[in-house]
Amino acid sequence: MAKRIEVSDLDIYYGKFLAVQGVNVSIEPRSITALIGPSGCGKSTFLRALNRMHEVIPGARVEGKVVMDGQDLYGPDSDPVTVRRHIGMVFQRPNPFPTMSISDNVAAGMRLNAKRMSKSDTDDLVERSLRGANLWEEVKDRLDRPGSSLSGGQQQRLCIARAIAVEPDVLLMDEPCSALDPISTLAIEDLMTELKEKFTIVIVTHNMQQAARVSEQTGFFNLNGVGQPGRLIEFNPTEKIFSNPDEKATEDYISGRFG
Amino acid sequence: MTVTSPPQEPTAPRAVRRPGDRIFSGGAKGAGILILLILAGVTVFLLAESLPALTASAEELPGEGGLVSYVWPLIFGTLLSATIALLVATPLAVGIALFITHYAPRRLAQVLGYVVDLLAAIPSIVYGFWGIAWLAPRLVPFYRWLEENLGFIPLFAGPVSATGRTMLTIGLVLAVMILPIVSAISREVFTQVPTLHTEAALALGATRWEMIRMAVIPYGKSGVIGGAMLGLGRALGETMAVAIILSGSAAGITFALISSANPQTIAANIALQFPESTGLDVNTLIASGLVLFVITLLVNMLARWIVNRRADFSGAN
Amino acid sequence: MSTSIQQRNTGTGPHDAPPERRGDGKLPRWAPWACFAAALALAFLLGALTSSNIVLLVIYTVVLGTIAVYVISRVVEGHRRATDRLVTCLVVTAFGIAMVPLVSLAYEVIRRGAERFDGEFFGASLQGVIGEGGGAYHAIMGTLIITLLTTAISVPIGLMTAIYLVEYGSGRLKRSITFFVDVMTGIPSIVAGLFAYALFVIFFGPGIRLGIMGAVALSVLMIPVVVRSAEEVLKLVPNELREASYALGVPKWRTILKVVIPTAIAGLGTGVTLAIARVIGETAPLLVTVGITNGTNLNPFEGRMATLPVYAFYQLTQPGVPPQNAIDRAWTAALILIMLVMGLNVVARVISRVFAPKTSR
Repeated sequence: MAKRIEVSDLDIYYGKFLAVQGVNVSIEPRSITALIGPSGCGKSTFLRALNRMHEVIPGARVEGKVVMDGQDLYGPDSDPVTVRRHIGMVFQRPNPFPTMSISDNVAAGMRLNAKRMSKSDTDDLVERSLRGANLWEEVKDRLDRPGSSLSGGQQQRLCIARAIAVEPDVLLMDEPCSALDPISTLAIEDLMTELKEKFTIVIVTHNMQQAARVSEQTGFFNLNGVGQPGRLIEFNPTEKIFSNPDEKATEDYISGRFG
Repeated sequence: MTVTSPPQEPTAPRAVRRPGDRIFSGGAKGAGILILLILAGVTVFLLAESLPALTASAEELPGEGGLVSYVWPLIFGTLLSATIALLVATPLAVGIALFITHYAPRRLAQVLGYVVDLLAAIPSIVYGFWGIAWLAPRLVPFYRWLEENLGFIPLFAGPVSATGRTMLTIGLVLAVMILPIVSAISREVFTQVPTLHTEAALALGATRWEMIRMAVIPYGKSGVIGGAMLGLGRALGETMAVAIILSGSAAGITFALISSANPQTIAANIALQFPESTGLDVNTLIASGLVLFVITLLVNMLARWIVNRRADFSGAN
Repeated sequence: MSTSIQQRNTGTGPHDAPPERRGDGKLPRWAPWACFAAALALAFLLGALTSSNIVLLVIYTVVLGTIAVYVISRVVEGHRRATDRLVTCLVVTAFGIAMVPLVSLAYEVIRRGAERFDGEFFGASLQGVIGEGGGAYHAIMGTLIITLLTTAISVPIGLMTAIYLVEYGSGRLKRSITFFVDVMTGIPSIVAGLFAYALFVIFFGPGIRLGIMGAVALSVLMIPVVVRSAEEVLKLVPNELREASYALGVPKWRTILKVVIPTAIAGLGTGVTLAIARVIGETAPLLVTVGITNGTNLNPFEGRMATLPVYAFYQLTQPGVPPQNAIDRAWTAALILIMLVMGLNVVARVISRVFAPKTSR
């Protein structure tokens, strides 16, 4: 049930500080959209604005529109909690719940919302999600061990399983591989290409090769200077961005002629 | 917060708040406000119950000469005992803190810290038992010696108490009681001394003591002072140990630390008199409690200010 | 490299050699011990000449030993090393002094408390007891009931306040609550008792004594302790876990209840247990709010109750005739109090060990 996200004139503030300015973009369903750019340019902030996660930080707010399949996520009757149920998120550092077992972690979305589920339904969900995250074979014998007993790469896939278990429409990934070794990174990248059959995926990455490898569309964020708001400089198909970008700044960044 | 923000800053569209969230956050906030109310209540109710004593004429009150002359010796006794405790405890506590942080083997340090903390866990009434039964009798020969040899100093003027239940004894017991808190806070600041500083001192060829004098003491000084003030706050309000140990004869104001005529402290006086008091006497005792409350409040606020200022300061390093 | 540092550490830098030519040596490791052994021998001699007293013996040994170490080190190693050794002696002595009250207190309370540590003490009250026998059943029950009530009042308020401070609070209200909780930790216990009395007098008139008053007074002392410890523990829960939960579409209050609190449960349990240990031995507030009685009263909303600390106080200070029976009971009550407090401390340690979240990180 992948969905399209339309962003128009989005400004993101932390208190009075304008962090990201004037973003207009359309994110395609059943595809991977990568966001690249230097540190502090607002790409993670933008990503967190897509499922209203940035509101967790006191004083953060947005102006503009984020519309998912005709529904304005920031409309007056929109509930951030419901928004997040439809738009899942995977974080930079794997963060399984330390008090829960592997299977409880996967079912956490249901458990924490006190949804009544039969034992067999739960087991089905856990298996389906773990298979979806390519983790089932590795953990099926120790589902009741704590989630933190896994390796870093496994923990990150556990977090992906946890995110897809609530069956979101969109999956946001905030540098999901930056804390992982190359082999685990490869496993996650393979997983992403599988997941895009079902989900709209947006990934923030510092690794340009990764963006080139996995994504269909790429957006380049940049800022003019310290204290200036970040902007979406260019948004184009990945092939074009990496071979023949429209903007000089994009080319400079990609070819490494930049900070 | 949204109310105080300037109007030109548009607020985010207020999302639908779930009832669960509203109840829960409301409950949490309510609990916080309740604490403020309790503290306000302490002040208001104490004031209300002291009012009769504050407005009554001198003849109706216990003692002679009205409220001030009743409370003043008590304030004096409170301050005197707490000061002795502070003077004895602070150097000891600093020594203990240094021992645990810089002298004891690292594996032992945690256990030793725990042992010192045990002193804080012992109820104050048990300190009273220990003070009157163990410490006081053992101090009597020492007091005799003090009087014989140093009796010319007013502090050690005779006649020496035969039971040892003196101002100096209670000062020592209070010192033991505040030792854990002063040493705990000193310990905390001493371990926060940046290793860079200590290693720099050692690299210059300093001995351990020189390193402590150059790097640890300057860094931890204000923390130790704050800890000592917190200890002072404790000593001022300590009740049961004083009530049991000190032979509180209404001696008025005297600096004789080892004689049997001692001023009582506010807290101990309340504990001893309250159960048998009625009418205006109760109001008078509550009024004296209010005085104690104000004194400890000031001392504690000062202590917190010193400790917190230090925290801000060390954050910059 | 390491040898050069070692040389400098021994205080034989070339710059301090000229003024003190004798400060070049280094004492062997056993030298300080030898000094104290000699001091002990000398102290024995002094003791034999004057009066023999173990306290004096120890004092003489420490003082003489310290002086000997300082003088010998000064002669052999120079004044810098000598000062260092002197401070080492002083610091160790400071710790030793702190151990004197702890050890003597434990010894004294156990020795005198063991006298009446028997079945009757736990089974009987003081109803109709004159002289021998009698127990503290009524006081033990009173302490348990009032402590339980105090916990029931303090833990919800304290925990919710900590949640407010960590999860919701901002701006001036948060700052003032933090500050006044700090201030509240410094309220003298007797003042807390007077507050509870002044509060209840308004409704019930002067001279009122109730168990619940004691619980209110103790709560004033316990709440800030709970808030502070819970606040520290909740702050330790990584923000990433909260975000992970929000990202799953879990509302904030459920996140706090189901993720934050379970993650912090070990620390919360430890904090609450230590807070109970802190108030269970409080005497002064109960003295003015609950009073004392010789019979068993288990209803905290009706009349005076006996509590262990107050019981101990009155048995010691107003023993009656003959005094020894009551004094023995007082010491046993003190022993039980210490056992309760130490037991709670042990429980707190166990909780923090057993329920700690199993993180591999």
